Amino acid sequence: MSEPTEFTLAEARDAVRAKKISSADLTKAFLSAVESARALNAFVTETPERALDMAKESDARIARDEARPLEGLPLAIKDLFCTKGVRTTAGSHILGNFVPPYESTVTQNLWDAGAVMLGKTNMDEFAMGSSNETSHFKPVINPWRARNSNQNLVPGGSSGGSAAAVSGSLCLAATGTDTGGSIRQPAAVAGIVGMKPTYGRCSRWGIVAFASSLDQAGPMTRTVRDAAILLRHMASVDEKDSTSVDLPVPDYEATLGSGVKGLRIGIPTEYRIDGAPPEIDALWAKGAEWLKAQGAEIIEVSLPHTKYALPAYYIVAPAEASSNLARYDGVRYGHRAAGTQDLTELYEKSRAEGFGPEVRRRILIGTYVLSAGYYDAYYLRAQKIRTLIKRDFEQAFEACDVLLTPATPGPAFALGEKSNNPISMYLNDVFTVTVNLAGLPAISVPAGLTANGLPLGLQIIGKAFDEATVLRAGRSIEVAANFSAKPQKWWTA
Amino acid sequence: MSVDKATVRRIAKLARIALPEERVEPMMGELNGILGWIEQLQEVNVEGVEPMTSVVAQELRMRDDVVTTGGDAAAIVANAPRSEDNFFVVPKVLE
Repeated sequence: MSEPTEFTLAEARDAVRAKKISSADLTKAFLSAVESARALNAFVTETPERALDMAKESDARIARDEARPLEGLPLAIKDLFCTKGVRTTAGSHILGNFVPPYESTVTQNLWDAGAVMLGKTNMDEFAMGSSNETSHFKPVINPWRARNSNQNLVPGGSSGGSAAAVSGSLCLAATGTDTGGSIRQPAAVAGIVGMKPTYGRCSRWGIVAFASSLDQAGPMTRTVRDAAILLRHMASVDEKDSTSVDLPVPDYEATLGSGVKGLRIGIPTEYRIDGAPPEIDALWAKGAEWLKAQGAEIIEVSLPHTKYALPAYYIVAPAEASSNLARYDGVRYGHRAAGTQDLTELYEKSRAEGFGPEVRRRILIGTYVLSAGYYDAYYLRAQKIRTLIKRDFEQAFEACDVLLTPATPGPAFALGEKSNNPISMYLNDVFTVTVNLAGLPAISVPAGLTANGLPLGLQIIGKAFDEATVLRAGRSIEVAANFSAKPQKWWTA
Repeated sequence: MSVDKATVRRIAKLARIALPEERVEPMMGELNGILGWIEQLQEVNVEGVEPMTSVVAQELRMRDDVVTTGGDAAAIVANAPRSEDNFFVVPKVLE
């Protein structure tokens, strides 16, 4: 038997169910891995006592033959999901001491399925970032390093702690959220699988809101099978989120191995960008060859408005964020500035002290584009462009079943490398953000290494609510890529 | 379109984020960098295009208009930086 911390979620599920390992022993193995990996800074809050209590309960259920689908399986939870009685910070100073009196629907679904919580993972502040460097709790370090280098790299973002925790074998799987690429981009640069389901598939209730029309929760895992398993138990219709959809959640795992024979794979011309490293294009071409060799048909398609997606996103997302983050007022919860004389000063100082620079910048952009006289020129125009982007996808999907694209424009980069130029940081999401604007499902699958040994991912984009086909195609990429590289555990030295 | 210093001060006020005077000019530069980049959206022809108002086409579900929760005052103020007798406490608003 391999090290329990190296199990996939599926392997651990089968081993626990077959009583080859107890949930308590599995949980202890992960808690010890978490403890010895503090150099990665993947967790904001570790919850070992709760984990052991949950594992004990799971072992009792297994002994009674009452195991639930994820019984006894230790997971990490992005610190954007409210967890009852466990501090939830959203990576922000303003929520640094917030202890929710309620549980998010997604995490409640996971606990109801028997999963065990190891702790809350670090993230960019309010999920605003692509490198985890905007976290109030210091950046996360990517478990991966370039060959013959000891330079620390970013794990991507915003779900950087979850990506590092899965990649570094600190948990079986983790939850993430994706507003412009925050699951798929860190997954790609940390060598793991990350999936954003269709908007509405998972309830947003109890997830600290960033941009409500874009935010969606999803799984971050070691394999495509694990993503299929976890997504099924995260997704649900929820009367507490009117945008959650009332559709049956299929058994994604059951159809995973159906292959891509006869499937039409679209290659969007506009995703070839000037200045992209040749390794990205080469991997993309290889991905198309892999799928073709398994019987898929490769078709060139056009998504003409692609280049406008990122700038449209940087109107829509900050606008929604400026509204959502208006709730942090220093009165009801969160940080409150000391020594203020009146209510306006209390608001202004609490928010200035509580929000970091990137969040302040986005709130100001959002406030500006929504302010009187500018609404039509910015926000309304961006929402019209969103319609055009969605229409592009609908037209492409008349000719194909899924799309294949690179996941990121490059591998993990060094800390500080892009933090002085917001736009160069924003460009990390150039291949992922279109999907959020159109509300579609997409998965990033590790597919290869750069010449200096850093992971790269390929992305499959599907039709709305067709996660099953996305997972099937993702599985076909996974089989062909046979990606088995793992980061050296330099952090335990 | 770009913002001047007066506009930066005005939107900081609207957003209720204190912006010290020495930060106004740097912030103006940062915002104009982003707004300049966003400007490319002006070249798109959006004539006759409906703005997106819902991401996934579906009817909004209605729930029964009944009380389902309540009586949780202690939980509601539990995270308040200052509270008294289940009220939030703020600086004096009226003299």
